[in-house]
Amino acid sequence: MQTATKVNHRTATAASGSPVTVLAFSGDISSTSKDAVLGAYHHLNGDGTAVLLDFTDVDYINSSGIAIIIQMLMEANKSASKPIGIYGLTPHFQKVFTMVGINKYAALHGDESTALAGI
Amino acid sequence: MRNGSNVQVNLPSELGFEKVAMSTAASMAELMGFSLDRIEDLKTAVAEACINAIEHGNQFSNTLVVGVELSNCDDQLEVRVIDDGRGLAHRPAAPNIDRKIHGEEDPRGMGMFLIQALVDEAEWHKGPPGKSFVRLVIKLDKENEYADGHES
Repeated sequence: MQTATKVNHRTATAASGSPVTVLAFSGDISSTSKDAVLGAYHHLNGDGTAVLLDFTDVDYINSSGIAIIIQMLMEANKSASKPIGIYGLTPHFQKVFTMVGINKYAALHGDESTALAGI
Repeated sequence: MRNGSNVQVNLPSELGFEKVAMSTAASMAELMGFSLDRIEDLKTAVAEACINAIEHGNQFSNTLVVGVELSNCDDQLEVRVIDDGRGLAHRPAAPNIDRKIHGEEDPRGMGMFLIQALVDEAEWHKGPPGKSFVRLVIKLDKENEYADGHES
């Protein structure tokens, strides 16, 4: 009943001209997503670029999945990495992410162009 | 929809089946004329209640089911999620993102906070096995719900 999380990794260019790593998720973001989500982040190995998390193709998010995103933000905060931004959330999940305070540690954007302009 | 209409669903105690309860609750809320954003709130609250029941109440037992009862009454939709656990010993504190980011608080543990934040009423009832339940209520705001383009 749970849909596996898939992560597509690519590079985009911020409005400033700097490279940005985009981790585009699809499927569910839930308790079973830990290896896919954190594994993709660890694979970047602190390459020094800013990171955008794309939720456009995510079908389902629950609190266990949100906790995994918080773990990623914990690691980024601990290692003083480049900023992490988030885009592609539905208005409902923008509200939920704001309720739990994620917007304090990762800027929430509507779409990729806004995110690339803002990061 | 007739006042007092009732729908019951039994879910296996396996993660992922909360989606069945989400879909059922969404269909019922749509029939009652709730706005799309309220339906999204309800879906998340119902999912989190079912996940708690599967994980903590029934502890993933393949011999236990999570009961979900939905009923409409006087322009409100009530959802009861029933499990075989002993109920909550205590209500967890509201999540603190700063403490979570600094490793001073478990990154998990946001389900009950979300439930309370997203519905109009949320109550946790302790009971004997098979009788512990969480009761969620969302209330129809006729003026605003109808302005959102839904029919009654």
